[in-house]
Amino acid sequence: MRRRLVATMLSYAALALLALLFVAPVLLMMAGSLKPEARVLTEAGSLKAFLPGNWTLQNYRDVFARVDFARYLGNSLIITGSVVVAGLVVNSLAGYAFARLAWRGRRLLFTLTLAILVLPLEAIAVPLFYQVTWMGWRDDYLVQILPFIANAFSVYLFYTFFVDLPPELEEAARLDGAGPLRTFATIIVPNSKPVFASVAILSFLGQWGVFIWPLLVTSGERVRPLSLAIATFYTLPPLQWGDIFAFGVMMVSPILVVFLFFQRWFVRGVVATGLKG
Amino acid sequence: MASVGFIDVSKRFADGTEALAGIELRIEDGELMVVVGPSGCGKSTALRLLAGLEQPTAGELRIDDEVVNDMAPQQRNVAMVFQNYALYPHMNVRRNLEFPLRMQKLPADEIARRTAWATQLLQLDGLMERLPKQLSGGQRQRVAMGRAIVREPRAFLMDEPLSNLDAKLRVQIRGEIAALQRRLGITTLYVTHDQVEAMTLGDRVAVMHAGRLQQVSAPQVLYERPANIFVAQFIGSPGMNIYASRLQRTDNGLACAFADHWLDLPPDGHANLVAAQAHIDRPVYIGLRPEAFARTDVDVETLTMTVKAVEALGHEQLLYADIPQVSGENTAIRLPALPMIAIGDRLPLAVDSRRIHLFDAEGRAIDGEQA
Repeated sequence: MRRRLVATMLSYAALALLALLFVAPVLLMMAGSLKPEARVLTEAGSLKAFLPGNWTLQNYRDVFARVDFARYLGNSLIITGSVVVAGLVVNSLAGYAFARLAWRGRRLLFTLTLAILVLPLEAIAVPLFYQVTWMGWRDDYLVQILPFIANAFSVYLFYTFFVDLPPELEEAARLDGAGPLRTFATIIVPNSKPVFASVAILSFLGQWGVFIWPLLVTSGERVRPLSLAIATFYTLPPLQWGDIFAFGVMMVSPILVVFLFFQRWFVRGVVATGLKG
Repeated sequence: MASVGFIDVSKRFADGTEALAGIELRIEDGELMVVVGPSGCGKSTALRLLAGLEQPTAGELRIDDEVVNDMAPQQRNVAMVFQNYALYPHMNVRRNLEFPLRMQKLPADEIARRTAWATQLLQLDGLMERLPKQLSGGQRQRVAMGRAIVREPRAFLMDEPLSNLDAKLRVQIRGEIAALQRRLGITTLYVTHDQVEAMTLGDRVAVMHAGRLQQVSAPQVLYERPANIFVAQFIGSPGMNIYASRLQRTDNGLACAFADHWLDLPPDGHANLVAAQAHIDRPVYIGLRPEAFARTDVDVETLTMTVKAVEALGHEQLLYADIPQVSGENTAIRLPALPMIAIGDRLPLAVDSRRIHLFDAEGRAIDGEQA
């Protein structure tokens, strides 16, 4: 009994230490965002780095003074929101077609779709850039949204979820008189909330921090997202770490809100799709 | 309501598996036809073909003498009850019942009327606002039935609808299905692997094996005059005991060899002595139901068997015994519950030779109904 108690306490201590390791950078960022610039670097090597001490909102005021934060935030919300919402529609339909509908070439096309998974954006960014330039298509929202709606990983997640749904549900719906689209909308989607939540969160996370592509296809702040705005704090003097931390806190906050909102479904989706990490 | 027909229907899947071969079956208007067979025999495929969920490779499917091969499932107006019920998990009972009616775009008052009718018929009052996961197995089964009947379909298709229920509930729901089918008079094709279910439910029973129909008959005919060894062994629990044998002419008529004995075949027995003449001195099989054996006194000609296993069922006992002169599987014997018999007992048994069934070397009944 006593030995079991000690073992439990030790395992909790180990878990707490691990959790602290993961959360430390976030705490550092939050504390740093509330410190006067002079203390940010001087306290970085000690435990004081995690404590704001005499806190101030000056860094946040600096951020708003140096960039049009609201515009960048709006741009990010428009781009990411559009990619997520349109992606849910397109990728779920594609995953459904691969998982459930019988059509010639399905297997080949699905294999090709999976093959795209191994291609990082960086590898195709330049050819894609040439393509959109050739199409005269730059410096707007669409060029940042359309290429990212269809997403092989999202299709794969939907596929793995749909393929495990009992086929009798669709067969019952067919016999009851529902066509494929209605079956999908009224039977499949309402029973697939976990995978929709997982894909929504993962594509939101992926899109929110995207950097290379908007850097290539946009100029100026008109349509640029937050991820480019934060870069200006590194490249344009003065280099103010407090400002960068404050910007980081404001940039990460929407992600935390989205995650907390969808968390329940997300965890179920991770289990249901067999997705790890 | 309608008659249903399979005209020389075959189905071969893309991977080459032949699921059905030349099925000829007609289900009369209002009839409850049970299709029974072991797993993989093609019985569910036959059902799915009729529902329109699969396409036949050859042959015609008819509903009310209308060829429906090219009709979409919803156009055929057949309703199906699935093994796992296939209730829509996110809809409550009411919405489940209404779904097929909404798909037909029926007026609201008609939807309400039919839903109320099914609710009352299947005693679903009080369950209407519940989700499927909040229902017991039996209740889910009744909702699945309700969703099928509200459409007023031309035929009911049931794919092992009781197999997810426990034994007691299965008996109860089986009775409810039979009563409902009689009351509504809807042509029903019912698929099961359970021969007890088949025998108790069906007006007629179609036995399938390896994609082929073996016999279509009334339940009692299947039991008493099986068309071949497969049917003889599949129908009945336990199935018929089968032994290799020979026929020979005797002073009294015909006799068959069985465990060092020659058993006379009486004229009033199952064996068709006229048909059997053609098989004299040729290898045949004889079949004996477990109840064809009886305990006997030692002064008549007897077989002595060693009991290997006993299943005491309360009202009777089933013995599995080894006959020394007969190779092969144990012989199943049905005896009254008393006196109780123990494993290892040696029993003198007599055979009721009127209950001997004859099969030719290919396993076809010499005395039975041909498929």
